[in-house]
Amino acid sequence: MSGLLFAGATLPDGTLSDILVRDGFVERIGSDLKADGCEVIDVGGLRVLPGLVDLHTHLREPGFEASETVLTGTQAAAAGGFTTVFAMANTSPVADNAGVVEQVLGRGIDSGYATVQPIGAVTVGLGGAELADLGSMATSRARVRVFSDDGKCVHDPLLMRRALEYVSTFGGVVAQHAQEPRLTSGSQMNEGAVSARLGLTGWPAVAEEAIIARDVLLAEYTNSRLHVCHLSTAGSVEIVRSAKAKGIKVTAEVTPHHLLLTDETASEYDARFKVNPPLRTNADVMALRQALADGTIDIVATDHAPHPSEHKECEWNDAAFGMVGLETALSIVQLAMVETGLLDWVGIARVMSHQPAVIGGVDDAAGVLAEGRIADLVFIDATSRSTLTTDDLAGKSINSPYLGMELPGRVVHTVRHGYFTQRDGVIVSADVVSRATRDYDNSHTGAGTEVTDG
Amino acid sequence: MRHLLSTADLARDEAIGLLDSSEDMATTADRAHKKLPALRGLTIVNLFFEDSTRTRISFEVAEKRLSADVINFAAKGSSVSKGESLKDTAQTLTAMGVDAVVIRHGASGAAYQLANRGWIDVPVVNAGDGTHEHPTQALLDAYTIRKRVHGSSSRGKGLDGLRVTIVGDIAHSRVARSNAWLLTTLGAEVTMVAPPTLLPHARESFPVVMESDLDAVLATNPDAVMMLRIQKERMHHAFFPSEREFSQLWGLTAERFARLSERTLVMHPGPMNRGLEICSEAADSPQSTVIEQVANGVFVRMAVLYSVLTGSEA
Amino acid sequence: MTARTVLQATDIQRALTRISHEILEANRGAADLVILGVPTRGVFLAHRIADIIASIEPGTIVPVGSLDVTMYRDDLLDQPTRASSATDVPVAIDGSTVVLVDDVLYSGRTVRAALDAVTDLGRPKSVRLAVLVDRGHRELPIRADYVGKNLPTSHAERINVHLVETDGTDLIEIAGESE
Repeated sequence: MSGLLFAGATLPDGTLSDILVRDGFVERIGSDLKADGCEVIDVGGLRVLPGLVDLHTHLREPGFEASETVLTGTQAAAAGGFTTVFAMANTSPVADNAGVVEQVLGRGIDSGYATVQPIGAVTVGLGGAELADLGSMATSRARVRVFSDDGKCVHDPLLMRRALEYVSTFGGVVAQHAQEPRLTSGSQMNEGAVSARLGLTGWPAVAEEAIIARDVLLAEYTNSRLHVCHLSTAGSVEIVRSAKAKGIKVTAEVTPHHLLLTDETASEYDARFKVNPPLRTNADVMALRQALADGTIDIVATDHAPHPSEHKECEWNDAAFGMVGLETALSIVQLAMVETGLLDWVGIARVMSHQPAVIGGVDDAAGVLAEGRIADLVFIDATSRSTLTTDDLAGKSINSPYLGMELPGRVVHTVRHGYFTQRDGVIVSADVVSRATRDYDNSHTGAGTEVTDG
Repeated sequence: MRHLLSTADLARDEAIGLLDSSEDMATTADRAHKKLPALRGLTIVNLFFEDSTRTRISFEVAEKRLSADVINFAAKGSSVSKGESLKDTAQTLTAMGVDAVVIRHGASGAAYQLANRGWIDVPVVNAGDGTHEHPTQALLDAYTIRKRVHGSSSRGKGLDGLRVTIVGDIAHSRVARSNAWLLTTLGAEVTMVAPPTLLPHARESFPVVMESDLDAVLATNPDAVMMLRIQKERMHHAFFPSEREFSQLWGLTAERFARLSERTLVMHPGPMNRGLEICSEAADSPQSTVIEQVANGVFVRMAVLYSVLTGSEA
Repeated sequence: MTARTVLQATDIQRALTRISHEILEANRGAADLVILGVPTRGVFLAHRIADIIASIEPGTIVPVGSLDVTMYRDDLLDQPTRASSATDVPVAIDGSTVVLVDDVLYSGRTVRAALDAVTDLGRPKSVRLAVLVDRGHRELPIRADYVGKNLPTSHAERINVHLVETDGTDLIEIAGESE
């Protein structure tokens, strides 16, 4: 099989280097590489990062194919430079058993645009009443390690305790959507001056912080791993910071939108800005950026949440929560973190690739740019600036809050397992990608897809 | 004025202009022939997604007094109850040649969306949106206060120096929100009184004083006391323990009413819960403006409709 | 842009006096007269005429009011929104002789609107029209019964009426391109 020689890339640390990719793996990283029979791609002026890993994606399949499918969602991932996505469990049927997670896994393998790692539900049907088949999902072909009722909070403290304890059996982690349901009944947006002015029911910060505070205590008590989804408040940052200082095994994520947007965006009742947890205040945004910079928050995760237009072009109260984010995540993080001097590109590789892979338990197969590792790579032009249009959104839905905004950075090439999923800013066609992923699988019999647990 | 969505959008001059125009509209009320031909040939739809017979009739009378053709659209039993969206409903109606939309909706922001989302291209008047605003109610309240205080010399005047107290479920009241902006724009000092559970969040972001001790506020002899309707179902969501206790602490009881100065106006947007937030002694007293408020509502709505429907500039 | 004065304060006073005499003559006295001015300046002119009539015929009091015609105009949708003014008619006009007073008669459309407004108020025996200036260019079959001064003008010109009550001085001038 012929290889690809990427010539003149800028590595995360700023050094210039060539990268030779062969048989799906990074064979060499070095200067003036020569390889016979390889296609040479000039990537001078482009930055290379390990393929991005999203721990929090809603692919909507099965059940909500009008919003997104595994195929279109992973195309959106490829557009945004992601090579691995964790698929949230709130599908229909809910991914609360081995059958559904294996179905989602299979769809991902068929698509080939990104590695799709299913997340399992914590409770049956996200009902919050009884534990889902956690063990059988963990030992299924999908090898589930992350469990989440995301969209809903595991609010029953006893269930949360049991889930934390139980998943530690197989090195799993519970990813909590922290939202006290009674404190957020009917909530529409952040509770504050803007909600008071607009007459929209508030979603108070304390409803998130109260659950996180409880959960870190439970994690400490049970000596289990907790992952907190989409932190949105300065108070949550403080709780995670003090928990980490005490050695509690907690990790946390922040979304790109919570690093940039505030509740003022609701002023025009444009439901593209309706999201859960809600956009908060500028003080919260600043605290989240600082926390991501200093490591209190471990990773960025998109919470990519596609919705058809009729669920957004309606009254705010009736509109769905969520925004698409895969395509724009890197640009937003560049804007919020790199251009503010809070993170360098090594830091970006850490929070958007390596650490998500570690937390999700796939760091053996993703999140590292090094010789001998799988060739999941993204090449970006960080100097580009362009105005976001719906043409830039590769998924099925266009509910992006950034449409019309000028954003920095542009993903030029996305390479997964040694083949292009996006080349020169264009998504590679589905049959080409599908053939490439089959070729890869045939030459690496079953690697990464078979059950390896004993 | 292209739309009327929120009183926060009204400059002082604009607000006084609307009140003055309302004065002119009021002169038709005691004539045998009450109609004016100003909006002849124009069609206005009253798009009511929420039941409100009083507000709908008030708008309808105002529209007919200005000779507009009126279409009443109630969401119940219509295509809306079959799941049609606000956007489709509005576009369908305007495709039939409607010249303006008066909208009442249970969702905050529905009027703003209709006016600004590009779905339709006609003036929109907010007749109450969720817990957001009810601007024509605030205008009629301001008109009523001004008329009582300044009488026939009202034209051109604001409410400067007047002290208005609004009591009740402030947090969920679109009337309170619209009055907070409008009355202060017109120069009044506004105090809002409610148990802390029924005051809005971020109190400091409103241009009014928020208090919970009704007796202390009434002791300052305000020029007007406006009692808001209390929704009994709030009780079940732990906003207050019982009707009896609410009435004791935040109702305009006969005992509290007796302590008020005789020149303090007693206002209520209606419909009243007699014996809960307001006693009959107060509601039926000469100080009460409740019936005037209803009458003035027609004049104010005529002025608003005239303003949004005439004029060639965008 | 130049402006030239065409009527001084004394000219205006003389014209109003003459109009008052003509009204009394035509009406054979002041009985059943109601004088209604069209806002803004017509109202002040109406009051002046009523005062003059009272001085000519001591002991008579002629009812004076204002008649806003804004809501009756035929150009409400084409112009920027027009602010309305007060309508204040002190007596019932049924069976009376209503004299409408305006400062300038031009297209006749304001008078058309005023006639509709009067009709909505009641059924007078007759309606007469008094204007300080008739500048011509009628677009409707309307003429004034009492005219202070006929001033032929071009469309490009403007008639500016200044009254003490609104402008501090009595003065009428023609403004426009001097050719």
